[in-house]
Amino acid sequence: MAFLFETVLPSLLTGALVTITVTIASLALALALGFGLALLRQFLGFRVLSILIDIYTEYFRNIPALTHLFIIYFGLAAVGLRLSSLTAAIIGLGLVGAAITCEIFRSGFIAVKIGQTEAARAVGMTPMQTIWLILAPQAIRISLPPLGNYALQLMKDTSIVSAIAAPEIMFNARSMVTSSFQTTLIYTTAAMIYLLISLPMVHAISRLEARFGRRN
Amino acid sequence: MDDQPILSVRGLHKSYGELEVLKGIEFEVKPGEKIALIGPSGSGKSTCLRCINFLETPTLGEIRLDGDLVGIKKHRGASRNMSNKDLAPQRAQMGMVFQGFNLWPHLTVRENVAIAARKVQGLSREEAHALAEDALAKVHMSNKADAWPEQLSGGQQQRVGIARALAQRPKLMLFDEPTSALDPELVNEVLNVIQELAAEGRTMLLVTHEISFARNVADRVMFLHSGIIEEQGPARDLIDNPQRDFTKNFLRQVSQ
Repeated sequence: MAFLFETVLPSLLTGALVTITVTIASLALALALGFGLALLRQFLGFRVLSILIDIYTEYFRNIPALTHLFIIYFGLAAVGLRLSSLTAAIIGLGLVGAAITCEIFRSGFIAVKIGQTEAARAVGMTPMQTIWLILAPQAIRISLPPLGNYALQLMKDTSIVSAIAAPEIMFNARSMVTSSFQTTLIYTTAAMIYLLISLPMVHAISRLEARFGRRN
Repeated sequence: MDDQPILSVRGLHKSYGELEVLKGIEFEVKPGEKIALIGPSGSGKSTCLRCINFLETPTLGEIRLDGDLVGIKKHRGASRNMSNKDLAPQRAQMGMVFQGFNLWPHLTVRENVAIAARKVQGLSREEAHALAEDALAKVHMSNKADAWPEQLSGGQQQRVGIARALAQRPKLMLFDEPTSALDPELVNEVLNVIQELAAEGRTMLLVTHEISFARNVADRVMFLHSGIIEEQGPARDLIDNPQRDFTKNFLRQVSQ
């Protein structure tokens, strides 16, 4: 019992803070970059740029996240750019996430019916006004359920950043196991802590969907 | 000056690849005039209407609104189509009512009607809302200002669509089969509103399948058939005594 409260929990909760930090920061990066890319891809009509964005999304979606993390953490270090494991984790998961959210937002924009754009044009809105006032709010609402799934998946996938020594939950768990061999206790506690993070997330996401997702 | 047309359409052609939908449409609309476009499906009525505010880009021809060339920029003798950005102020002068309503589902009824007044015409929030109130009153929807579009029946949605077009304070209103997507029992509430607007002396161009409504409300009817105006004339004359065989057949079929 003492081992659980004095060693395991403090270490795993410190790890949980890192997990949460990485989740929030990489989610923010993924949403901002992904939304920007989706806008450029969907509305700029500039062929070269569209192809570049497609290459970006295919590259980051079709290679394991772990590979990207290793390239960013070890690969960049080898050419002289040393990032902290935390920074590398956030950038790596953020870049992968941007490829995913870009596709989610694009599907959202595509799902908005053409009549919405026509009505906006007919009242005299400029293309920019049409995007910001009419299309984006609807596309974002349509995107909420898949974005919620992605955010949850991202939180769980932060466990892979233990591979580049970011001191999150699983990294700390494994290092305690190697010294104490309390495998069951430590990993079960880790599992419970993940649940403590993910269940409120699930709740928050469904509330967000109920609030904004309905009117489409 | 009153005889100066609000809208003039000259040599309007529209093709989609090989398919020629409009083959040289010519007409004028004078201030306060109400014109109905009728004709069989595929005759080009809707395309014609959508070419006027450039939701479809004409292949050839000239649209003039109050004397100004719509959708085409002339520069050193060469003319080219305007971008959607340049078209925006011209489109703002023409209200359009769609067959499928096309209300914006993420905005309340009031916001649907007020947003263009705010963002396009640049009115203050208060002015825009006052304008929206007036427009909603005209379509008898004042009591639904805070509702969401999804909470309304089709007829109510279409009346909001009409209010949205009214709030543009347009020089001309374009109606694209405004009752075709409605359940039969909801058609009349929309037709009544259009009739009230017509009685106010608004200038309107109406694509419709409601022949008796066209006969009662329009000053003039144009009968379109495979991309040309087959026949046109004062509404009652044309509908009661069509001259061309095709028009006769069509009117006989729809009146059965």
